[in-house]
Amino acid sequence: MSNVAARTASSVTAVNLSTGKSKDKNLGSIVFLGALWFSLFFGIVVLVALIVDTAIDGAPRFDKYLFTNFTQTFDPTQAERLAASGRDPKVLSAEYSGFKSGIIGSIILMLTTAVMAIPLGVASAVYLEEFASKTSRFSRIVEINLQNLAAVPAVIYGMLSVGLMAALGAQRGIAIGGAVALALLILPVVIITTREALRSVPSEIRQGSLALGATVWQTTWRQVLPAAVPGISTGTILGLSRAIGEAAPLVMLGFGAINFAPAFPFIGSKIEAFPLEIYDASSNSQEIIRESASAGIIVLLVMILAMNAIAIIIRNKFQKSW
Amino acid sequence: MKLNTIRRAAVPSIAALAMTMTLAACGDSEDDPNAGTDGSGDYSLDTSIEGEVAVDGSSTVYPMTTAAQELMAADGSAIQVSVGQSGTGGGFEVFCKGETDISDASRPIKDDEEAPICAENKVEYTELHVATDALTVVVHKDLAVDCLTVDELIALFGPKSKATNWNEINPEFPDQAITGFIPGTDSGTYDYMAADVVGDDSETLRKDFESSEDDNVLVNGVSGTEGGVGFFGYTYYEQNVDKLKPLSIDNGAGCVAPSAETARDGSYAPLARPLFIYVNNASYTDKPAVKEFSNYYIANLADIATGAQFIALNDEDYAETQSKLAAIGS
Repeated sequence: MSNVAARTASSVTAVNLSTGKSKDKNLGSIVFLGALWFSLFFGIVVLVALIVDTAIDGAPRFDKYLFTNFTQTFDPTQAERLAASGRDPKVLSAEYSGFKSGIIGSIILMLTTAVMAIPLGVASAVYLEEFASKTSRFSRIVEINLQNLAAVPAVIYGMLSVGLMAALGAQRGIAIGGAVALALLILPVVIITTREALRSVPSEIRQGSLALGATVWQTTWRQVLPAAVPGISTGTILGLSRAIGEAAPLVMLGFGAINFAPAFPFIGSKIEAFPLEIYDASSNSQEIIRESASAGIIVLLVMILAMNAIAIIIRNKFQKSW
Repeated sequence: MKLNTIRRAAVPSIAALAMTMTLAACGDSEDDPNAGTDGSGDYSLDTSIEGEVAVDGSSTVYPMTTAAQELMAADGSAIQVSVGQSGTGGGFEVFCKGETDISDASRPIKDDEEAPICAENKVEYTELHVATDALTVVVHKDLAVDCLTVDELIALFGPKSKATNWNEINPEFPDQAITGFIPGTDSGTYDYMAADVVGDDSETLRKDFESSEDDNVLVNGVSGTEGGVGFFGYTYYEQNVDKLKPLSIDNGAGCVAPSAETARDGSYAPLARPLFIYVNNASYTDKPAVKEFSNYYIANLADIATGAQFIALNDEDYAETQSKLAAIGS
């Protein structure tokens, strides 16, 4: 009797759900369970249908030109005609259109964004969690603002960056402008997840370290931060995954079509963003270019999944149990 | 170097000369829309020139300018051209601050709003007519309507229109509900239809039609709805000829069907519209890259226009564009 009573409601549900044999024959419970299953399947079916549909649309265009060529919009018959005067149709025809500039551009954007957002975000979180007084009015104001900032639409950060770039007299459409907008966009997310990660480090670790004579700084740097790496990296990479798909703030910043590889150092160079390039292609009048857009969407999806996989690998590698 | 300069200076004048001769030679002959008379390729691109060219503006002209960018890169130029598409108005905003070298535009610059800002910032510019677009009004394949007068167009799309059935537009039209699909309000296509065709003071169209910024959505809407009607650039019609039925337009001189020829010779009125690029004169004279790109663009105009599926200019308009280009900085 007593061990039955000790079983919590959630473990009962877990057992019943996992075996699929609920002892509860009450009609209401069955309907509710059905509704839960429906919700679950609805989400997954829509997602799978979308991905499969896009993959089928893009199937004819999964080739190496997707990665080695810049965007090409010439109608294939026109490209043939122009090729008669000594040009290579493979560098003109829409059949061989690719996303080279977008892929390079988005990688540069991600790296620049990470370099700006991660140190700032982690440092802010460490300050708020380890050093700042939890009860001061200042901390509470920062706290509320962080939550609000996380919900601000991306375009607003785009406008902020446009203003900043104009004040600095920088050119339109350069990497650093986009990276500033994206870094601001993910900064609240990085700070919030880093704070979560720091909070999950047991306070015994801190107390033990302090008791052995370490300063607060040494404790934070040598004990707390390393212990929080899995959570921090997961949070930041998920933030970056959100940033890589953003198009709205980049349109405002004057990101356009380019067909040259950006020059080193990349931050001051004009780049093209992958999502923007896909959007362009998807609204083109030529079917063949829209096919390349579908292929591009799958490539972008794989890039995002790869980033998330890295997050999971880092988390598993560094995870400690206390 | 000196030789180069001479050659570059000579090219426009030679091209203009060639133009005049061709014009004289083929006065009334039939035009092949794909070949054009000139503007196909005998420009000698100087591949040693490097530099950047910043272009922004209309999303309608965008495919044309990116085609120029692609063709020039395919010919081996190292000039770095970036082409944005923040809309005709957005493009002029940055162009008049001197932040871009060339601005794409699907309508002329506004004398009352935009031109004064250019003047204030001492940005002098030259308007070049680069292609023609024919706004194409399309209906569902099975609808028994073939031609609309301009008044009927206004009755169909105007902001005061309440017509919900085709027979309210014209009693001879079938008894069929109207379902409209029109471009989004941010597009130059919407602006042109609202301001230049319908011409209502509010410069808007009726609000109960479905609108989308993506013309492919309009194509699918019209082709999938009985009684469906919509309009967009000629390119999108051309790519979907088998799915849609284009309407001829009667501007008082009989029904004229949209086509490359009728748009080129101006008979497809009032729906044929010019597309422009605006070149910053100072950029053109000071930056070799801008000069080379502009010259190349105009010299290969017919190839670029047909390659990007626009309607190439007629000889007269092309000669005018060439002479305007040659006049920059002289």
